[in-house]
Amino acid sequence: MQSRPMTTSETMLQGRMASARSFLVRNMVTIMFLVLSAVGYKLSGMTPFLFLMDIVARLSRNAFLVLALIIPVMAGMGLNFSIVLGAMAAQAIVIFVTHWGFAGLPGILLSMALVTPLAAILGYLTGSLFNRTKGQEMIAGLILGYFAQGIYELVFLQLVGGIIPMDNSTIIMSSGVGVRTTIDLTNGLKYGLDWPGQYWGNDLLLRPTLPWAIIGMAVALAVGIVIYQLRVDKRQRLGSTQLVLAGIGLAWACWWSVQQIQARTQINWIRVPLLTWLVIAGACVGLHFFSRTKLGQDMRSVGQDRHVAAVAGIDVNRVRIAAIILSMVMAAWGHIIFLQNIGTFSTYGSHEQVGLYSAAALLIGGATVARATIGHALLGTLLFHTLFIVAPAAGRQLFGDAQIGEYFRVFVAYGIIGITLAMHAWKQILQRRSVDQ
Amino acid sequence: MAVEPVLRMKGISKSYYGTKVLDSVNLSIMPGEVHGIVGENGAGKSTLMNILFGMNVIHSTGGFEGSIEIAGQPVQIKSPLQAMALGIGMVHQEFMLLPNYSVTENIKLNREVLKPNLASRIFGPRLQSLDYDKMYADARKALKRLNIDIDEYATIAGLPVGYMQFTEIARELDKEHLRILVFDEPTAVLAESEAAHLLEAIKEIAAAGIAVLFITHRLNEIMEVCDNITVLRDGRHVVTKASKDTNVIELAELMVGRSMEFAGRKQHYSHKGRPILEIKQLTVDMPGERVRGVDLTAYEGEILGIGGLAGQGKIGIANGIMGLFPAAGDVKVAGTPLPLNNPSASIAAGLAFVSEDRRGVGLLLNSSIEVNIASGAMFGKKEFIKTWGPFSQVDQAAVRENAQKLIGELDIRCTGPRQLVRQLSGGNQQKVCIARALTMNPKILLVSEPTRGIDVGAKQLVLDTLRRLNEELGMTIVVTSSELAELRSICSRIAIITDGRVAGILKPDDSDVNFGLLMAGQPISKGA
Amino acid sequence: MQDKSFLKDMDLARLIIAAFFILLCVAAIALRLDFAELITSSLARIGMWGVLVLAMLPAIVSGIGPNFGVSLGIVCGLLGGLTALELAYRLEGIVAFSPGMLFFIAMVFSLPFALLVGVGYGWLLNRVKGSEMMIATYVGFSIVSIMKLAWVFLPFKNPEMAWPIGRGVRVQIALANRGMAQLLNNFLAFRIGEVVVPTGLLLTVALAIFLMWLFLRSRTGMAMSTAGSNPRFAEASGITVNRQRIIGTVLSTVLGAVGILIYSQSYGFLQLYEGPMFMPFVAVAAVLIGGASVKKATISHVIIGTVLFLGIQVVAVPVANAFTAEWSSMGEISRKIIQNGVILYALTQAGGE
Repeated sequence: MQSRPMTTSETMLQGRMASARSFLVRNMVTIMFLVLSAVGYKLSGMTPFLFLMDIVARLSRNAFLVLALIIPVMAGMGLNFSIVLGAMAAQAIVIFVTHWGFAGLPGILLSMALVTPLAAILGYLTGSLFNRTKGQEMIAGLILGYFAQGIYELVFLQLVGGIIPMDNSTIIMSSGVGVRTTIDLTNGLKYGLDWPGQYWGNDLLLRPTLPWAIIGMAVALAVGIVIYQLRVDKRQRLGSTQLVLAGIGLAWACWWSVQQIQARTQINWIRVPLLTWLVIAGACVGLHFFSRTKLGQDMRSVGQDRHVAAVAGIDVNRVRIAAIILSMVMAAWGHIIFLQNIGTFSTYGSHEQVGLYSAAALLIGGATVARATIGHALLGTLLFHTLFIVAPAAGRQLFGDAQIGEYFRVFVAYGIIGITLAMHAWKQILQRRSVDQ
Repeated sequence: MAVEPVLRMKGISKSYYGTKVLDSVNLSIMPGEVHGIVGENGAGKSTLMNILFGMNVIHSTGGFEGSIEIAGQPVQIKSPLQAMALGIGMVHQEFMLLPNYSVTENIKLNREVLKPNLASRIFGPRLQSLDYDKMYADARKALKRLNIDIDEYATIAGLPVGYMQFTEIARELDKEHLRILVFDEPTAVLAESEAAHLLEAIKEIAAAGIAVLFITHRLNEIMEVCDNITVLRDGRHVVTKASKDTNVIELAELMVGRSMEFAGRKQHYSHKGRPILEIKQLTVDMPGERVRGVDLTAYEGEILGIGGLAGQGKIGIANGIMGLFPAAGDVKVAGTPLPLNNPSASIAAGLAFVSEDRRGVGLLLNSSIEVNIASGAMFGKKEFIKTWGPFSQVDQAAVRENAQKLIGELDIRCTGPRQLVRQLSGGNQQKVCIARALTMNPKILLVSEPTRGIDVGAKQLVLDTLRRLNEELGMTIVVTSSELAELRSICSRIAIITDGRVAGILKPDDSDVNFGLLMAGQPISKGA
Repeated sequence: MQDKSFLKDMDLARLIIAAFFILLCVAAIALRLDFAELITSSLARIGMWGVLVLAMLPAIVSGIGPNFGVSLGIVCGLLGGLTALELAYRLEGIVAFSPGMLFFIAMVFSLPFALLVGVGYGWLLNRVKGSEMMIATYVGFSIVSIMKLAWVFLPFKNPEMAWPIGRGVRVQIALANRGMAQLLNNFLAFRIGEVVVPTGLLLTVALAIFLMWLFLRSRTGMAMSTAGSNPRFAEASGITVNRQRIIGTVLSTVLGAVGILIYSQSYGFLQLYEGPMFMPFVAVAAVLIGGASVKKATISHVIIGTVLFLGIQVVAVPVANAFTAEWSSMGEISRKIIQNGVILYALTQAGGE
């Protein structure tokens, strides 16, 4: 052929150079937040102990919710702001489970079992709505959240206790109608997953100290990487650079942990909710597995181009609904994890920011509206919540007012979503233009 | 005959909203045969293919008449999925590929090789894992049949278009029981060498016993690969011939034909006027209708026709001059150079345009007739506006008066100037477009596809209107049309555009053969 | 054909809401609520919101869709208001501003902000065609949240605005001190029986609507609506579509700024911080209830929508309370459901891509 295109190796070489160049550009957001978090941490004057304690709690509280956003991105539906509905479903179930007097791990399991069909139905309805608003799923999801908030308030503020009988003075307001604005889960679902040992007095087994947990995770990760390298096709294996970096990272983590243990620092007082972390790890493994199934592949196909997928015979609408159902169920579970960790929640407020904060965390991890991975979700949760922890303290140190740091972190959440959405929309227009030519 | 035809379509007729677009077409293909289908735009090729694939557009508009047999068995094809199951495959004109997938994932799109796992045993088959090893092997095999060296692991985005095309073909070949493969204008996007390779591949596919339906405008390619050729014209089956019994010239002649009795103009073939529109080396970047260097001059007081097959660039010329698509080159209007890529400048230079995309570009469907008619002059020439310093108001009375005048003159059938344009018939909408252009009082009127989507009776009215404007007002008109017959009925000269350039300029009463040759991209001297 | 059924559907949705409104009114009469009081507060509410709802019109007409980011304009208006108050404080003893003068100054100060912000916002929206609604929403949220920082740091010295201790301006700034509260409401106000008619307020809204009506019939207005209803047609007619969209965005932002000042004088306070966060949704819902779609809106949609939606809000609360005391939140809940339900409905009708 005369106009023979480049060989594969040439393309790959060029691609690698380009990717090295564009690495900084592509990860600009994440790098920026790394710097911001580091500076904020320095400014806040927090001790490592306080910081780590807070970040461990926040990671275990929020990571699952952020993971719930990945599947709709895969299916091309953008950031699923309708996960607020999943959170509302979780709160509804938690209110009833608390009313019935279930506690601890059994209570958590019961809640998860009960919330699954409810979230699936909500997911089905939401998915059907999104199928009628293709291309505007995000704004539809956002507005749907506000709409559902109205329904939720109608049910729990006006109907429960009245039309829906519930006789429980700790849950129902003194007037007899409406659920109280705050529900306390102490002696109930609180720490049901984080610390199931609280009931049978076994402390250490399911709540290892942070250094030991890190060592355990490092070992688990190393084993995982080895298995991955052996199992997958050679083209999907990690490169040598990545392996060396991972090795150094894991070794350093272990060395640091051992030091902490030997020095008997405060860090050893920090306990890791092992079961919760295992559930999160399970979700990660599950998502990875799912992306390599037929349904997962269909979602990725639909996500790239609905028209092409439909021509190939994929039932686009059905796949999109499935994506929202899965996301909704995950969000509901994630919110139960969130609630049991906090231990007390605002009946009419705790779900409100779930969509905003989860989406912001995902984006800060480096995801876009069109591409999100498990790594983005975990890294993003870590960075976003680091900012959450240090911002008020930094604000107090800098301006003598913690409120300023508070305002700043809320602005960051909205701003990052706005910027990412705008960049994505702009890029899409540019792409469409270049395809036309 | 010893062997049964793999596909037989008998007496296929189809009407859309009372307009017959296919009239008793027959088609029969043997296994291993390469069968070409040629015809102009609107000849019915795509409708025929839509019927073969059971597309929804056919069934939602009342189905079709006639019968289809696959390998001797009568079949009712109700959906593309069913067509696929019957072993009919299609290589689309526009790529049906997912850019972020590998070649393999695209080849196996929605036909992935699956293996069960624990989750799929509990939750159902949709959770089966993809068997990548088997998928790569299958892809390798399909690509090998095409005799082309594409890395099955490579991501589609970034591959040259030729490779994308071959990926599409490999996908069809990978389908089990593939019996009939349709190529719709497969070489349109390819470089010459890639096209040659593709034709080779088509022969190989046919040699493996698969029947190939090959649709193209490029008559040379048809002659090269096809065993038999069917010519369609205006929805009718003109002829099916073995390619050894025919030649390019005859095919072109058959395609164009004399589909409409026309009263050709007798007067002025010679251009009396001075040049009013001079186009030199015009290139226009209009997707699907690229202009690659047109030199053309229109003389004052003539009707100049621009014809040619679809996709050759004839539509792009007027759109480029009007600044609607990126253009380059030299254009002079009455001797003054026209700045390109600036619609306002084109309007100010005295050009008015009736777009081929009437509902998209030509009209404000949700506005009234009077607003549509006045809009061109209002924005282009600041007419129908009363101004007081920085403030301005629409001059409703003038808008109304002008609309009423033109409604009368052009005989627009409506309930009044306030009626919404959306509610008018195609013919009357077209008249509103013309009225809008006339209100701008143009030096030159550019009209594209004036009769597209208009019923037969109204067609003649629109053409008569154009002729009257020319004869009575002496207006210079440049008409672009896919319907040669209509160009021949009103134009004094007709430029045929092929491959983005002027292939030649003919008189309306030149022979069909010459028109056919120019359209097919052949030099005239060889045939005439 | 499709468009026709769409129009019919929209009318149906409007009918349902109108029926709900009438039902509420009937209930109000049946429950012997103070009808004069209801009409008085309805008139005030409608006047308060009129210009903010009108701000949706140029946005939809120019093709950017309902302006979910009108909070940008609102913030500009608040900024103008604060600047005017600050000016009055700094010039105390030198110049004494009449309340009317001060209100006028507030509007004048808010204009340069609104123009500048509107142009930038329009420029942004031109780069994100097809996703305007979502991006406008988040731009609005972002601006409101960054302004929270600004309210803390801006160097305002007027003690009426500052917290007694600490830093920054207050959450609500009373306009009564400077005589600006109910300034327009009380202008030429008169009573018919028990009903108080806020003449000045209604006249201001009417004037704004009339000016908009004139603008839409000017050459620029015609070009803007052409660009909005068919961009390709507009380009072919020599109209620069992006420019028209910017004009629409600027107009919408300016109306947002003016609108919030009119709103605030009626309310009696400038509401900062979270205040403007969810105001755009009310305005969007109102114009949609009036019969507009995300692509088409007229002045009548603005008027009908404002009357219906804000009328419902005023009447719903006392009616719900009259049924049972426990239903105290019903007004707010029904507003949430109607407001967001209507926006969702309009989104499904737009048919996506």
